[in-house]
Amino acid sequence: MQNGATANRALDDGQGVSFLNDRKVRAAAYQIAAVCMVGLLGYYLFNNTVANLQKQAIATGFGFLGKQASFEIGESLIHYSAADTYIRALLVGVLNTLKVAFIGIILTIILGTFIGIARLSTNWLVAKLAAVYIEVMQDIPILLQLFFWYSFFYDILPAPREAIEPVVGVFMSNRGFVFAVPEPHPAHVYMAAAAFAGCIAAYVLRRWARRRQEKTGRVFPVFICSLGIIIGLPFVAWLLAGAPHKMSVPELAGFNFQGGLNVSPEFGALLLGLVLYTAAFVAEIVRAGIQAIGKGQTEAAMAIGLKRGQILNLVILPQALRVIIPPLTSQMLNLTKNSSLAVAIGFPDFVSVASTTINQTGQAIEGISLIMLVYLCFSLLTSLFMNWYNKKMALVER
Amino acid sequence: MAKSLTTNNRSTAPIVRIGVWQWLKSNLFNSAFNSLVTILVCLFLYKIIPPFVEWAFIDSLWFSTADQCRAGHGACWSIIPANIRFIIFGFYPYELHWRPTVAMVILIGLLFYSKNRNHWNRSLGAVWIAGLFIMGVLMRGGFFGLTAVESDQWGGLPLTLMLSVFGMVAAYPLGILLALGRRSKMPAIKTICILYIELIRGVPLISLLFMSAVLFPLFLPTGLTVNKIIRAQAAIILFTAAYIAEVVRGGLQAIPRGQYEAAESLGLTYVQKMRLVVLPQALKIVIPPTVGILISAFKDTSLVVIIALYDILKTTRSVLGNPSWMGFSPEAYIFLALIYFVCCYAMSNYSRRLEGELHS
Repeated sequence: MQNGATANRALDDGQGVSFLNDRKVRAAAYQIAAVCMVGLLGYYLFNNTVANLQKQAIATGFGFLGKQASFEIGESLIHYSAADTYIRALLVGVLNTLKVAFIGIILTIILGTFIGIARLSTNWLVAKLAAVYIEVMQDIPILLQLFFWYSFFYDILPAPREAIEPVVGVFMSNRGFVFAVPEPHPAHVYMAAAAFAGCIAAYVLRRWARRRQEKTGRVFPVFICSLGIIIGLPFVAWLLAGAPHKMSVPELAGFNFQGGLNVSPEFGALLLGLVLYTAAFVAEIVRAGIQAIGKGQTEAAMAIGLKRGQILNLVILPQALRVIIPPLTSQMLNLTKNSSLAVAIGFPDFVSVASTTINQTGQAIEGISLIMLVYLCFSLLTSLFMNWYNKKMALVER
Repeated sequence: MAKSLTTNNRSTAPIVRIGVWQWLKSNLFNSAFNSLVTILVCLFLYKIIPPFVEWAFIDSLWFSTADQCRAGHGACWSIIPANIRFIIFGFYPYELHWRPTVAMVILIGLLFYSKNRNHWNRSLGAVWIAGLFIMGVLMRGGFFGLTAVESDQWGGLPLTLMLSVFGMVAAYPLGILLALGRRSKMPAIKTICILYIELIRGVPLISLLFMSAVLFPLFLPTGLTVNKIIRAQAAIILFTAAYIAEVVRGGLQAIPRGQYEAAESLGLTYVQKMRLVVLPQALKIVIPPTVGILISAFKDTSLVVIIALYDILKTTRSVLGNPSWMGFSPEAYIFLALIYFVCCYAMSNYSRRLEGELHS
């Protein structure tokens, strides 16, 4: 035993072993070799690039960002015109990507959860339909689905003159969807402020109720009260502002609709494709999460006399979410990355604007680095969130 | 003991004959809510399915000209047979189509042969390498009296299959190396591998494809040009390798420490330890997720459309761009979706079966 330990230490210290067989020397040698190889490869590529750029007389650097973009962008969240700079055009692209990702993520989670639960339904028909949906959607490339939905707008839906009106105030045509929305009014700002205040009030109420329950054991109906506050406050604000109820109804004027909220075919097809595709993956995650919770948990919760809602809220969901959230986050990141396929159907997302910029300026290296940088920021933010969440939800083991 | 006794004495379950009514009652109408849902779903299906069947089968035209299609109401499947050769083979010389066909048959044959786990041995690797070589020769030509066909004329289904199969075959060893590097105790190697994997996984494939189309030519020494397809293939390999690395890392982590220590105490070197003890076990565990990566690699090859390579999606789109066949995109896309679905479903089904076999 003593001997073995000494021999081991001798190996680690490199005593009595030939220089070439010393572990530390070898590790250092391997690492230096690896770093040198990567460095040399980088140097080789860099050298070639510099030579090629000189030959083609392309100037490098991000100076082009301040120049005038002189191309139009179909839809934008901020004011933009062709006279603006490239950097503003790229900002429009980032905002459009975030818009698709944000709306897409919300809709995907709702639809995915719904289908995931349907997959576990005791109703044979519902369960089978959900299974077919999941299998079919997962097995067809997202790009093909995007092309399909885009052609759905252009080849299947009629011209605005013969627009389909499935619900009153909603028109479907090859110019996209148009919805009737409330006319803009200052009251909406007050309502948003009231809703925000309601959320804070609900949060405070929840903390107070929990503390009181821990002290006295008396339960306060937090959910109903919070719902009342969050919906009630904006309603009161609406009434106080004089209850404006004028609607902006889309009307046919010439070849297209005027008024209402317009969803362009590009945005509609992108959103539809991304949501329907990603929802299939989310449904599988939700199903797995629910199935991961043993039946014993429900029975134990029933045995100590919890109600159905309490069982779901206090026992099932906290455990299921621990299984669901990490893969769900990576699906949300996937959705954001897949939104870059907008370039194929002409929605001006970040990649699409950046590729127009590359075509116009010839600054390919800078443009592609910007694309990678922006998406790396998205993934970094996601993984920071994941780490925070995992730390918060980690099982406290004895 | 008690358990085995009860199992021995267990009487067989009574045979219950479940009639149609009983089945309907217990599966579709077992509660008021479920009954309502069943009725609503049936109504919904009634609204959707008969019009679809009428469009797709009853009113449809299968072998007609585009003008006859425009006169009818139903689906115009004629777009497929009329353009099938271009959709499947792209710009490959018309009279040489037998060559990609034979190559695809070889590939499908190899895949079917490899399905059986009894065939998984050393010679299978050799068979695959020989098969891939023969396919390459058939596609490229230039030897044995075959006319040379430059790779910029390749297209359609053979291109889609080539990008995914070669992508997977080349990415696999690279992915294993990256996974080993990430698990290594040497900080410099570990950092390089982590940087590579996280960088690639953080960006969309399309940015790599743009890079392959625009930047790779700049990286190469002046005068040396590499074909667009090869560049896209390289981008797909670099991309897939990062994902394989993560899957393999999962497998490496699942191998108990005792295995590593036992191999070390036998005096095996690092390479021997990994090759003979750790990797065979780790790779076996990760077969199902690896098939998952193969499926997404297969689906992701469709992205080469964006850099204007003529894979099967692009050939279909250029048929749709032809004025006489314009407007029949639902039919064409449904046909493509079927091709993708059949391939992916076969793979995922196989992966599920394999998972069951390996678990038992």
